[in-house]
Amino acid sequence: MKKIIVLLSIIPAIGSLSVVNRVEPYIFGLPFIIFWAAAWLILTSICLYISSVIFDRQEENK
Amino acid sequence: MNSSILIIIMTLVLAFYLGIRAKKGREMKLDEWAVGGRSFGSLIMFVLMAGEMFSTFVFLGASGAAYRMGGPTIYIFCALTYIVPFWILPPIWRYAKKHNVLTQSDFFTKKYNSKSLGLLVAVIGVLSMIPYIVLQLKGFQIIVSEASYGLIPPTVAVWIGMLCVTVFVYVSGIHGSAWTAVLKDILILVVILFMGIYLPIHYFGGIQPMFETLEATKPGFLLLPDEGLSISWYISLCLIIALGQYMWPHCFGASLSSQNESALRRNSAILPLYQIILVFILFIGFTAVLQIPNLQGGDTDLALFKIAKDAFPPWIVGVVGAAGMLAALVPCSMLILTAATILSKNIYKAVKPDTSNEQLAKLTRIFVPIVSLVSLIFTFYGGNTMIALLTMAYSFVLQLFPPLAFSLLKRNPVSKAGASVGMILGVVLVAYFTLAEATMATLFPKAPHFIQDLDIGIVAITLNLIVMLAVSAFTRKDQQTIQEEEPVKRIIIS
Repeated sequence: MKKIIVLLSIIPAIGSLSVVNRVEPYIFGLPFIIFWAAAWLILTSICLYISSVIFDRQEENK
Repeated sequence: MNSSILIIIMTLVLAFYLGIRAKKGREMKLDEWAVGGRSFGSLIMFVLMAGEMFSTFVFLGASGAAYRMGGPTIYIFCALTYIVPFWILPPIWRYAKKHNVLTQSDFFTKKYNSKSLGLLVAVIGVLSMIPYIVLQLKGFQIIVSEASYGLIPPTVAVWIGMLCVTVFVYVSGIHGSAWTAVLKDILILVVILFMGIYLPIHYFGGIQPMFETLEATKPGFLLLPDEGLSISWYISLCLIIALGQYMWPHCFGASLSSQNESALRRNSAILPLYQIILVFILFIGFTAVLQIPNLQGGDTDLALFKIAKDAFPPWIVGVVGAAGMLAALVPCSMLILTAATILSKNIYKAVKPDTSNEQLAKLTRIFVPIVSLVSLIFTFYGGNTMIALLTMAYSFVLQLFPPLAFSLLKRNPVSKAGASVGMILGVVLVAYFTLAEATMATLFPKAPHFIQDLDIGIVAITLNLIVMLAVSAFTRKDQQTIQEEEPVKRIIIS
């Protein structure tokens, strides 16, 4: 379980620090560079939320 | 008196009303006044923490940055800023609860079993917060003078701002801030979404057409350039912000006021979603680049107001101003309250340990206007170096990260001497680099570009880390034996 939680932090960390430096293609009206950065906000949120649910379950089991 | 300034005044009155109401029926002890007595559930916690990040810098500074820098502004919503607290806040909270620690300085004192280290951390905290408060006052100044359409001159506006904030701290304390923060966040959310969507449609017929026009008018403006604001610059700045964010004494303190650690994790999970609003702020800045192209230097921070005045009637400008005013008021009152608390509880008491809690509470109230006044003076002399000052402040608090991170390990290899020397060196380096206007490029003129573009804060924290570990290797770790003492009994404050 611990491995999954760590992975759920490492993936968005790498994603949010990476830059796709291009304007095309536009997605939802956004240049790709901005879309990419914004998408990682949502993905990070999902990853961290799943992690916090796993954490809470572990606490309960203790 | 025009409708825009009237709306701002009405909002201010409402904020004060909320503050007074929140305080009513509560007896304010020192803990309660500053930390809310570790009683905040996840919703209020969330609002408080998000509220501190949504300050004037985001409202005016982010749109200004988009105007000035273009695409590289994406660093302001780097999600890494929320992954770091997800991991470090729960263990900090757990330790703080076990040892009844209420402030950042006490945390260091306890962890390293050294009062002088706690004092050092307190001093670095206050030093870093002053420029941050100055920035909020500057924002207040811009908002009030712009929204009054020149009726209120900037110098008067900044005095009004300072007085409002000071009085607000007195009437509300942390509970008032929480409720006003709710009002502020709703207003900001509405204003930014509305402006971010409406402006591109109004001028260009949509968001994508706005970007296409921008790309055609200023090719490459939306991308990170090969040199300067390059990818290595981006990564270094994101790291500094992510590691530094929760080293701010007020952010650190707000985390300690959480009811449980689960709330802290969930907050870190939800906060990135909240930052999506920053994307819309970029739209405002980008629209302004095309519509009001001639702002220079410090004036770029006016981008949001200039475009609002161009597109909207005065009453909407008033609503925008009200949102901006709250974005300055709430974080600023939190900052001043935290700085005053540190000055009395962590600095004065460290020097004079026999001060009673009642005297400390009194002292905190006396320090509030002093902090405000000092910040006000810097507002007049700060000039155009605001961004430089803020970067300096961020790099200052960043220096607290290495000793904090190591103290969370089961076996901390860092000694108090190592931690102190490292932090002092880091802070001195940052101050020197800022005053000498040194950058990686001036320090290493022959280095490749990806190194030259790194933010200078990285050098300071790296040297801090190296020196800290080196000194620690040669000094006895006397705190390690004492660390596992029995939990300190709660001092009963009557």
